[in-house]
Amino acid sequence: MIRVILPAHLKDLAHVHGEVELQVDGPVTQRSVLDALEAQLPVLIGRVRDHSTQQRRGFVRYYACQEDLSHEPPDDPLPAEVASGREPFLIVGSMAGG
Amino acid sequence: MTGVRVLVGTRKGAFVLTADGARRDWQVSGPHFAGWEIYHVAGSPADPNRLYASQTSGWFGQVVQRSDDGGLTWEPQPGTFSYEGEVGPHQWYDGTPRPWAFTRVWHFEPTPDDPDTVYAGVEDAALFRTTDGGVSWQELPALRQHRTGPDWAPGAGGMCLHTIILDPKQTGRMFAAISAAGVFRSDDAGASWRPINRGLHSEGIPDQQAEVGHCVHHVEQHPDRPEVLYMQKHWDVMRSDDAGESWTEISGNLPTDFGFPIAVHAHQPETVYVLPITSDSNHVVMDGKLRVYRSRSGGHEWEPLTRGLPQQNCYVNVLRDAMAVDSLEECGLYFGTTGGQVYASADAGDSWSPIVRDLPAVLSVEVQTLS
Repeated sequence: MIRVILPAHLKDLAHVHGEVELQVDGPVTQRSVLDALEAQLPVLIGRVRDHSTQQRRGFVRYYACQEDLSHEPPDDPLPAEVASGREPFLIVGSMAGG
Repeated sequence: MTGVRVLVGTRKGAFVLTADGARRDWQVSGPHFAGWEIYHVAGSPADPNRLYASQTSGWFGQVVQRSDDGGLTWEPQPGTFSYEGEVGPHQWYDGTPRPWAFTRVWHFEPTPDDPDTVYAGVEDAALFRTTDGGVSWQELPALRQHRTGPDWAPGAGGMCLHTIILDPKQTGRMFAAISAAGVFRSDDAGASWRPINRGLHSEGIPDQQAEVGHCVHHVEQHPDRPEVLYMQKHWDVMRSDDAGESWTEISGNLPTDFGFPIAVHAHQPETVYVLPITSDSNHVVMDGKLRVYRSRSGGHEWEPLTRGLPQQNCYVNVLRDAMAVDSLEECGLYFGTTGGQVYASADAGDSWSPIVRDLPAVLSVEVQTLS
Protein backbone atom coordinates (compact mmCIF):
# COMPACT_ATOMS: atom_id res chain seq x y z
CA MET A 1 0.00 0.00 0.00
CA ILE A 2 1.35 3.42 -0.94
CA ARG A 3 1.12 6.09 1.74
CA VAL A 4 0.54 9.72 0.72
CA ILE A 5 0.56 12.75 3.00
CA LEU A 6 -1.37 15.74 1.70
CA PRO A 7 -0.88 19.39 2.65
CA ALA A 8 -3.42 20.76 5.12
CA HIS A 9 -5.51 22.66 2.54
CA LEU A 10 -5.96 19.58 0.39
CA LYS A 11 -6.78 17.42 3.41
CA ASP A 12 -9.57 19.86 4.21
CA LEU A 13 -10.77 19.96 0.63
CA ALA A 14 -10.86 16.18 0.37
CA HIS A 15 -12.12 15.65 3.94
CA VAL A 16 -9.09 13.49 4.71
CA HIS A 17 -7.65 12.92 8.15
CA GLY A 18 -4.14 11.53 8.39
CA GLU A 19 -2.51 9.71 5.51
CA VAL A 20 -4.11 8.49 2.29
CA GLU A 21 -3.49 4.88 1.41
CA LEU A 22 -3.43 3.93 -2.24
CA GLN A 23 -3.27 0.72 -4.21
CA VAL A 24 -1.01 1.19 -7.22
CA ASP A 25 -0.80 -1.53 -9.82
CA GLY A 26 2.39 -1.70 -11.83
CA PRO A 27 5.43 0.57 -11.47
CA VAL A 28 5.26 3.03 -8.59
CA THR A 29 6.05 6.42 -10.09
CA GLN A 30 4.96 10.00 -9.46
CA ARG A 31 2.47 9.64 -12.27
CA SER A 32 0.99 6.33 -11.16
CA VAL A 33 0.71 7.51 -7.55
CA LEU A 34 -0.98 10.77 -8.55
CA ASP A 35 -3.28 8.96 -11.00
CA ALA A 36 -4.34 6.64 -8.17
CA LEU A 37 -4.74 9.56 -5.79
CA GLU A 38 -7.00 11.44 -8.21
CA ALA A 39 -9.00 8.28 -8.94
CA GLN A 40 -9.61 7.76 -5.23
CA LEU A 41 -10.21 11.44 -4.45
CA PRO A 42 -11.52 13.15 -7.62
CA VAL A 43 -11.78 16.49 -5.84
CA LEU A 44 -7.98 16.62 -6.07
CA ILE A 45 -7.99 16.57 -9.87
CA GLY A 46 -6.29 19.78 -10.91
CA ARG A 47 -5.11 20.66 -7.40
CA VAL A 48 -1.65 19.01 -7.52
CA ARG A 49 -1.19 18.84 -11.28
CA ASP A 50 -2.61 21.16 -13.90
CA HIS A 51 -5.90 19.89 -15.35
CA SER A 52 -4.82 19.89 -18.95
CA THR A 53 -1.03 19.69 -19.03
CA GLN A 54 -0.66 17.30 -16.08
CA GLN A 55 2.38 19.35 -15.05
CA ARG A 56 3.09 19.77 -11.34
CA ARG A 57 1.72 23.08 -10.09
CA GLY A 58 4.49 25.60 -9.57
CA PHE A 59 4.14 25.89 -5.80
CA VAL A 60 3.71 22.17 -5.13
CA ARG A 61 6.61 19.92 -4.18
CA TYR A 62 7.05 16.14 -3.86
CA TYR A 63 9.23 14.80 -1.06
CA ALA A 64 10.11 11.27 0.03
CA CYS A 65 12.89 9.70 2.07
CA GLN A 66 14.30 13.15 2.93
CA GLU A 67 14.72 13.92 -0.78
CA ASP A 68 13.07 16.53 -2.99
CA LEU A 69 11.75 14.55 -5.95
CA SER A 70 9.87 17.47 -7.49
CA HIS A 71 12.08 17.72 -10.52
CA GLU A 72 12.42 14.01 -11.19
CA PRO A 73 10.76 12.70 -14.36
CA PRO A 74 7.17 11.67 -13.58
CA ASP A 75 7.64 8.16 -14.90
CA ASP A 76 10.83 7.38 -12.97
CA PRO A 77 10.41 4.81 -10.19
CA LEU A 78 9.88 6.26 -6.73
CA PRO A 79 12.19 4.99 -3.94
CA ALA A 80 11.66 1.37 -2.90
CA GLU A 81 10.71 2.56 0.59
CA VAL A 82 7.74 4.44 -0.90
CA ALA A 83 6.77 1.50 -3.09
CA SER A 84 6.82 -0.81 -0.07
CA GLY A 85 4.89 1.60 2.14
CA ARG A 86 7.71 2.00 4.68
CA GLU A 87 8.00 5.70 3.81
CA PRO A 88 5.24 8.11 2.75
CA PHE A 89 5.14 10.19 -0.43
CA LEU A 90 4.67 13.80 0.67
CA ILE A 91 2.83 16.39 -1.39
CA VAL A 92 3.87 19.75 -0.01
CA GLY A 93 2.76 23.31 -0.57
CA SER A 94 5.95 25.30 -0.93
CA MET A 95 6.69 27.72 1.87
CA ALA A 96 5.56 31.33 1.55
CA GLY A 97 4.65 34.03 3.98
CA GLY A 98 1.20 35.34 4.81
CA MET B 1 -40.39 36.70 7.96
CA THR B 2 -37.98 38.71 5.88
CA GLY B 3 -34.27 38.78 6.44
CA VAL B 4 -30.90 39.17 4.82
CA ARG B 5 -27.93 36.91 4.22
CA VAL B 6 -24.61 38.67 3.65
CA LEU B 7 -22.03 36.61 1.78
CA VAL B 8 -18.46 37.65 2.55
CA GLY B 9 -15.36 36.48 0.72
CA THR B 10 -12.02 37.09 2.46
CA ARG B 11 -8.34 36.32 2.05
CA LYS B 12 -8.72 33.39 4.42
CA GLY B 13 -12.17 31.95 3.93
CA ALA B 14 -15.86 32.75 3.47
CA PHE B 15 -18.33 33.97 6.06
CA VAL B 16 -22.13 34.02 6.01
CA LEU B 17 -23.82 36.71 8.10
CA THR B 18 -27.56 36.53 8.67
CA ALA B 19 -30.15 38.74 10.33
CA ASP B 20 -33.85 39.36 10.27
CA GLY B 21 -35.35 42.38 8.57
CA ALA B 22 -34.40 44.70 11.41
CA ARG B 23 -30.73 43.99 10.62
CA ARG B 24 -29.59 44.58 14.20
CA ASP B 25 -28.76 41.12 15.53
CA TRP B 26 -26.43 39.04 13.41
CA GLN B 27 -25.39 35.43 13.32
CA VAL B 28 -21.95 34.73 11.90
CA SER B 29 -21.10 31.45 10.20
CA GLY B 30 -17.55 30.63 9.14
CA PRO B 31 -14.87 30.50 8.18
CA HIS B 32 -15.86 28.23 5.34
CA PHE B 33 -12.83 26.98 3.35
CA ALA B 34 -10.50 28.37 6.00
CA GLY B 35 -7.16 29.53 4.70
CA TRP B 36 -8.24 29.78 1.06
CA GLU B 37 -8.83 33.04 -0.77
CA ILE B 38 -12.52 33.46 -1.49
CA TYR B 39 -12.84 35.99 -4.27
CA HIS B 40 -16.62 35.97 -4.50
CA VAL B 41 -19.72 34.31 -3.08
CA ALA B 42 -23.00 34.83 -4.91
CA GLY B 43 -26.56 33.55 -4.50
CA SER B 44 -29.07 32.66 -7.17
CA PRO B 45 -32.07 34.97 -7.53
CA ALA B 46 -34.03 31.94 -8.72
CA ASP B 47 -33.20 29.86 -5.63
CA PRO B 48 -31.71 31.81 -2.72
CA ASN B 49 -30.39 28.63 -1.14
CA ARG B 50 -28.17 28.02 -4.16
CA LEU B 51 -24.81 29.68 -3.55
CA TYR B 52 -21.56 29.66 -5.51
CA ALA B 53 -18.15 30.42 -4.01
CA SER B 54 -14.89 31.05 -5.83
CA GLN B 55 -12.26 29.29 -3.73
CA THR B 56 -8.78 29.94 -5.03
CA SER B 57 -5.16 29.44 -4.11
CA GLY B 58 -1.82 30.30 -5.63
CA TRP B 59 -0.72 26.80 -4.67
CA PHE B 60 -3.67 24.60 -5.55
CA GLY B 61 -5.67 26.53 -8.14
CA GLN B 62 -9.37 27.19 -8.56
CA VAL B 63 -12.24 25.37 -6.89
CA VAL B 64 -15.89 26.27 -7.39
CA GLN B 65 -17.93 25.40 -4.33
CA ARG B 66 -21.70 25.10 -4.44
CA SER B 67 -24.23 25.11 -1.64
CA ASP B 68 -27.84 24.03 -2.02
CA ASP B 69 -28.85 24.92 1.52
CA GLY B 70 -27.92 28.55 1.95
CA GLY B 71 -24.33 27.93 2.97
CA LEU B 72 -24.83 25.25 5.63
CA THR B 73 -23.03 22.66 3.52
CA TRP B 74 -20.91 22.93 0.39
CA GLU B 75 -19.76 20.63 -2.38
CA PRO B 76 -16.84 21.28 -4.72
CA GLN B 77 -17.89 21.09 -8.34
CA PRO B 78 -15.83 19.33 -11.00
CA GLY B 79 -16.05 21.96 -13.75
CA THR B 80 -12.82 23.48 -15.07
CA PHE B 81 -12.07 26.63 -17.03
CA SER B 82 -10.46 26.10 -20.43
CA TYR B 83 -10.29 28.78 -23.08
CA GLU B 84 -11.95 27.93 -26.38
CA GLY B 85 -9.84 27.52 -29.47
CA GLU B 86 -6.41 28.93 -30.06
CA VAL B 87 -5.25 31.10 -27.19
CA GLY B 88 -3.62 34.21 -28.51
CA PRO B 89 -1.60 36.77 -26.62
CA HIS B 90 -2.48 39.88 -24.66
CA GLN B 91 0.00 42.48 -23.47
CA TRP B 92 2.00 41.80 -20.35
CA TYR B 93 3.01 44.59 -17.96
CA ASP B 94 6.19 45.24 -19.93
CA GLY B 95 4.37 45.45 -23.25
CA THR B 96 5.43 42.04 -24.48
CA PRO B 97 2.85 39.55 -25.76
CA ARG B 98 1.81 36.86 -23.31
CA PRO B 99 -0.63 33.98 -23.86
CA TRP B 100 -3.91 34.05 -21.98
CA ALA B 101 -3.67 31.87 -18.88
CA PHE B 102 -6.49 31.10 -16.45
CA THR B 103 -5.79 32.06 -12.85
CA ARG B 104 -9.04 32.42 -10.91
CA VAL B 105 -12.71 33.35 -10.90
CA TRP B 106 -13.26 36.93 -9.78
CA HIS B 107 -17.02 37.16 -10.08
CA PHE B 108 -20.11 34.97 -10.43
CA GLU B 109 -23.31 36.34 -11.93
CA PRO B 110 -26.16 33.86 -11.41
CA THR B 111 -29.01 34.28 -13.89
CA PRO B 112 -32.43 35.42 -12.67
CA ASP B 113 -34.44 32.37 -13.72
CA ASP B 114 -32.25 29.30 -13.45
CA PRO B 115 -30.07 28.42 -10.44
CA ASP B 116 -27.95 26.14 -12.61
CA THR B 117 -27.03 28.85 -15.12
CA VAL B 118 -24.31 31.19 -13.96
CA TYR B 119 -21.79 33.43 -15.67
CA ALA B 120 -18.24 33.69 -14.37
CA GLY B 121 -15.71 36.46 -14.98
CA VAL B 122 -12.16 35.21 -14.75
CA GLU B 123 -8.51 36.21 -14.85
CA ASP B 124 -7.00 36.29 -17.51
CA ALA B 125 -10.05 38.14 -18.73
CA ALA B 126 -12.74 35.92 -20.19
CA LEU B 127 -16.39 35.10 -19.73
CA PHE B 128 -17.57 31.59 -18.91
CA ARG B 129 -20.99 30.07 -18.34
CA THR B 130 -22.31 26.95 -16.69
CA THR B 131 -25.79 25.58 -17.34
CA ASP B 132 -25.44 22.62 -15.00
CA GLY B 133 -24.64 24.22 -11.67
CA GLY B 134 -20.86 24.17 -12.04
CA VAL B 135 -20.43 20.60 -13.25
CA SER B 136 -18.97 22.06 -16.45
CA TRP B 137 -18.07 25.52 -17.73
CA GLN B 138 -17.91 26.78 -21.32
CA GLU B 139 -16.25 29.96 -22.47
CA LEU B 140 -18.13 32.56 -24.49
CA PRO B 141 -15.00 33.24 -26.52
CA ALA B 142 -16.10 36.23 -28.60
CA LEU B 143 -15.17 38.66 -25.85
CA ARG B 144 -11.61 37.39 -25.36
CA GLN B 145 -11.24 37.09 -29.11
CA HIS B 146 -12.31 40.69 -29.74
CA ARG B 147 -9.98 42.37 -32.24
CA THR B 148 -8.66 44.61 -29.45
CA GLY B 149 -7.76 41.65 -27.20
CA PRO B 150 -4.06 41.64 -28.10
CA ASP B 151 -3.90 45.24 -26.79
CA TRP B 152 -5.43 44.48 -23.39
CA ALA B 153 -3.06 44.61 -20.44
CA PRO B 154 -3.50 43.71 -16.77
CA GLY B 155 -4.08 46.20 -14.00
CA ALA B 156 -2.02 45.82 -10.86
CA GLY B 157 -4.41 43.18 -9.57
CA GLY B 158 -4.32 41.12 -12.72
CA MET B 159 -6.24 41.14 -15.99
CA CYS B 160 -9.61 40.32 -14.51
CA LEU B 161 -13.16 40.32 -15.79
CA HIS B 162 -14.79 41.62 -12.62
CA THR B 163 -18.21 42.97 -13.59
CA ILE B 164 -21.02 41.15 -15.39
CA ILE B 165 -24.42 42.78 -15.83
CA LEU B 166 -27.32 40.90 -17.42
CA ASP B 167 -29.74 43.51 -18.71
CA PRO B 168 -33.13 42.86 -17.10
CA LYS B 169 -35.21 44.38 -19.90
CA GLN B 170 -33.40 43.87 -23.20
CA THR B 171 -33.02 40.19 -24.00
CA GLY B 172 -29.48 39.24 -24.91
CA ARG B 173 -27.86 42.45 -23.69
CA MET B 174 -24.91 41.98 -21.36
CA PHE B 175 -22.16 44.19 -20.03
CA ALA B 176 -18.71 43.04 -18.98
CA ALA B 177 -15.91 45.14 -17.50
CA ILE B 178 -12.23 44.26 -17.51
CA SER B 179 -9.23 45.76 -15.77
CA ALA B 180 -7.54 47.26 -17.61
CA ALA B 181 -9.38 47.07 -20.91
CA GLY B 182 -12.68 48.81 -20.19
CA VAL B 183 -16.36 48.05 -20.61
CA PHE B 184 -17.84 45.90 -23.37
CA ARG B 185 -21.44 45.32 -24.42
CA SER B 186 -23.09 42.45 -26.18
CA ASP B 187 -26.59 42.67 -27.66
CA ASP B 188 -26.68 39.07 -28.80
CA ALA B 189 -26.15 37.08 -25.59
CA GLY B 190 -22.40 37.11 -25.85
CA ALA B 191 -22.00 36.10 -29.49
CA SER B 192 -20.31 39.44 -30.26
CA TRP B 193 -19.04 42.38 -28.25
CA ARG B 194 -17.97 45.96 -28.74
CA PRO B 195 -16.11 48.37 -26.47
CA ILE B 196 -18.29 51.08 -24.92
CA ASN B 197 -15.68 53.43 -23.50
CA ARG B 198 -16.45 56.68 -25.32
CA GLY B 199 -16.16 59.56 -22.91
CA LEU B 200 -13.71 57.91 -20.55
CA HIS B 201 -10.49 59.84 -20.03
CA SER B 202 -7.64 57.94 -18.43
CA GLU B 203 -4.45 59.77 -17.63
CA GLY B 204 -2.51 56.55 -17.26
CA ILE B 205 -2.61 55.63 -20.94
CA PRO B 206 -0.96 57.40 -23.87
CA ASP B 207 -4.22 58.14 -25.72
CA GLN B 208 -6.50 59.19 -22.89
CA GLN B 209 -9.62 58.54 -24.99
CA ALA B 210 -8.52 55.25 -26.49
CA GLU B 211 -11.06 52.66 -27.53
CA VAL B 212 -9.70 50.24 -24.89
CA GLY B 213 -7.16 50.33 -22.10
CA HIS B 214 -9.24 52.00 -19.38
CA CYS B 215 -8.97 50.70 -15.84
CA VAL B 216 -12.64 50.35 -14.99
CA HIS B 217 -13.04 49.27 -11.38
CA HIS B 218 -16.75 48.53 -11.15
CA VAL B 219 -20.02 49.20 -12.96
CA GLU B 220 -23.58 49.08 -11.61
CA GLN B 221 -27.03 49.35 -13.11
CA HIS B 222 -30.47 49.86 -11.59
CA PRO B 223 -32.98 47.33 -12.94
CA ASP B 224 -35.70 49.96 -13.38
CA ARG B 225 -33.44 52.14 -15.51
CA PRO B 226 -31.18 49.72 -17.35
CA GLU B 227 -30.00 52.31 -19.84
CA VAL B 228 -28.29 54.14 -16.94
CA LEU B 229 -24.90 52.81 -15.88
CA TYR B 230 -22.71 54.08 -13.06
CA MET B 231 -18.98 53.45 -13.06
CA GLN B 232 -16.17 53.83 -10.59
CA LYS B 233 -13.07 54.09 -12.74
CA HIS B 234 -9.48 54.05 -11.51
CA TRP B 235 -9.89 57.80 -11.26
CA ASP B 236 -13.30 59.38 -11.99
CA VAL B 237 -16.87 58.42 -11.21
CA MET B 238 -18.79 58.19 -14.48
CA ARG B 239 -22.34 57.84 -15.72
CA SER B 240 -23.92 56.71 -18.96
CA ASP B 241 -27.53 57.42 -19.90
CA ASP B 242 -27.44 55.45 -23.13
CA ALA B 243 -26.35 51.95 -22.12
CA GLY B 244 -22.70 52.81 -22.43
CA GLU B 245 -22.70 54.58 -25.80
CA SER B 246 -21.20 57.60 -24.04
CA TRP B 247 -20.01 58.48 -20.56
CA THR B 248 -19.88 61.71 -18.57
CA GLU B 249 -18.05 62.41 -15.37
CA ILE B 250 -20.15 62.84 -12.22
CA SER B 251 -17.37 63.10 -9.63
CA GLY B 252 -18.58 66.57 -8.67
CA ASN B 253 -17.64 67.53 -5.12
CA LEU B 254 -16.11 64.21 -4.06
CA PRO B 255 -12.91 64.75 -2.06
CA THR B 256 -11.18 62.25 -4.33
CA ASP B 257 -12.66 60.39 -7.25
CA PHE B 258 -10.38 57.38 -6.97
CA GLY B 259 -12.05 54.28 -5.59
CA PHE B 260 -13.18 50.76 -6.26
CA PRO B 261 -16.86 49.99 -5.49
CA ILE B 262 -20.02 51.76 -6.59
CA ALA B 263 -23.59 50.86 -5.65
CA VAL B 264 -27.11 52.01 -6.49
CA HIS B 265 -30.02 52.25 -4.03
CA ALA B 266 -32.45 49.37 -4.55
CA HIS B 267 -35.51 51.60 -4.98
CA GLN B 268 -34.09 54.95 -6.07
CA PRO B 269 -32.23 54.74 -9.39
CA GLU B 270 -30.70 58.19 -8.92
CA THR B 271 -29.25 57.44 -5.48
CA VAL B 272 -25.67 56.27 -5.85
CA TYR B 273 -22.94 55.35 -3.35
CA VAL B 274 -19.17 55.39 -3.66
CA LEU B 275 -16.36 54.98 -1.19
CA PRO B 276 -13.52 57.34 -2.12
CA ILE B 277 -9.93 56.18 -1.66
CA THR B 278 -7.03 58.58 -1.34
CA SER B 279 -5.26 57.83 -4.62
CA ASP B 280 -3.85 55.17 -6.88
CA SER B 281 -0.59 55.36 -4.96
CA ASN B 282 -2.23 55.22 -1.54
CA HIS B 283 -5.05 52.69 -1.39
CA VAL B 284 -6.59 53.78 1.91
CA VAL B 285 -9.44 56.10 2.80
CA MET B 286 -8.59 59.81 3.06
CA ASP B 287 -7.44 61.49 6.24
CA GLY B 288 -8.02 58.43 8.40
CA LYS B 289 -11.80 58.75 7.93
CA LEU B 290 -14.05 55.99 6.60
CA ARG B 291 -16.72 57.80 4.62
CA VAL B 292 -19.33 56.56 2.20
CA TYR B 293 -20.50 59.25 -0.19
CA ARG B 294 -24.09 59.35 -1.42
CA SER B 295 -25.58 61.27 -4.30
CA ARG B 296 -29.36 61.54 -4.47
CA SER B 297 -29.22 63.21 -7.86
CA GLY B 298 -27.41 60.64 -9.97
CA GLY B 299 -24.01 62.18 -9.33
CA HIS B 300 -22.28 65.56 -9.20
CA GLU B 301 -23.52 66.42 -5.70
CA TRP B 302 -22.31 64.08 -2.98
CA GLU B 303 -22.76 64.01 0.80
CA PRO B 304 -20.51 62.16 3.23
CA LEU B 305 -22.13 59.46 5.35
CA THR B 306 -20.14 59.06 8.55
CA ARG B 307 -22.45 58.21 11.43
CA GLY B 308 -21.15 55.00 13.03
CA LEU B 309 -18.04 54.84 10.86
CA PRO B 310 -14.55 55.55 12.26
CA GLN B 311 -13.53 59.16 11.67
CA GLN B 312 -9.97 58.95 12.89
CA ASN B 313 -7.04 56.57 12.59
CA CYS B 314 -8.71 54.45 9.92
CA TYR B 315 -6.56 53.37 6.99
CA VAL B 316 -8.38 50.63 5.11
CA ASN B 317 -9.46 50.03 1.54
CA VAL B 318 -12.75 48.73 0.19
CA LEU B 319 -12.38 46.57 -2.92
CA ARG B 320 -14.48 46.64 -6.07
CA ASP B 321 -16.87 43.80 -5.25
CA ALA B 322 -17.10 44.56 -1.54
CA MET B 323 -20.20 46.79 -1.44
CA ALA B 324 -23.80 45.64 -1.88
CA VAL B 325 -27.38 46.71 -1.28
CA ASP B 326 -30.39 44.71 -0.12
CA SER B 327 -33.91 45.25 -1.42
CA LEU B 328 -35.86 45.54 1.80
CA GLU B 329 -38.32 48.43 1.96
CA GLU B 330 -35.74 50.53 3.79
CA CYS B 331 -32.75 49.81 1.60
CA GLY B 332 -29.75 48.36 3.43
CA LEU B 333 -26.10 48.82 2.47
CA TYR B 334 -23.12 46.67 3.31
CA PHE B 335 -19.41 46.91 2.70
CA GLY B 336 -16.30 45.10 3.85
CA THR B 337 -12.81 46.49 4.32
CA THR B 338 -9.28 45.23 3.90
CA GLY B 339 -9.06 45.58 7.68
CA GLY B 340 -11.67 42.85 8.11
CA GLN B 341 -14.67 44.92 9.16
CA VAL B 342 -18.09 44.44 7.59
CA TYR B 343 -20.35 47.43 8.11
CA ALA B 344 -24.11 47.53 7.62
CA SER B 345 -26.61 50.33 7.31
CA ALA B 346 -30.33 49.60 7.64
CA ASP B 347 -31.32 53.14 6.68
CA ALA B 348 -29.89 53.72 3.22
CA GLY B 349 -26.54 54.86 4.57
CA ASP B 350 -27.63 57.42 7.16
CA SER B 351 -26.10 55.37 9.98
CA TRP B 352 -23.76 52.42 10.17
CA SER B 353 -22.65 49.74 12.57
CA PRO B 354 -20.20 46.89 12.24
CA ILE B 355 -21.53 43.37 11.88
CA VAL B 356 -18.04 41.95 12.48
CA ARG B 357 -14.78 43.77 13.08
CA ASP B 358 -11.94 41.29 12.83
CA LEU B 359 -12.31 39.08 9.79
CA PRO B 360 -9.44 38.54 7.36
CA ALA B 361 -9.17 41.17 4.63
CA VAL B 362 -12.51 41.33 2.82
CA LEU B 363 -12.46 40.69 -0.93
CA SER B 364 -16.17 40.70 -1.68
CA VAL B 365 -19.57 41.33 -0.15
CA GLU B 366 -22.92 40.30 -1.58
CA VAL B 367 -26.31 40.35 0.08
CA GLN B 368 -29.41 38.29 -0.45
CA THR B 369 -32.82 39.59 0.59
CA LEU B 370 -34.79 36.63 1.93
CA SER B 371 -38.54 36.37 2.20
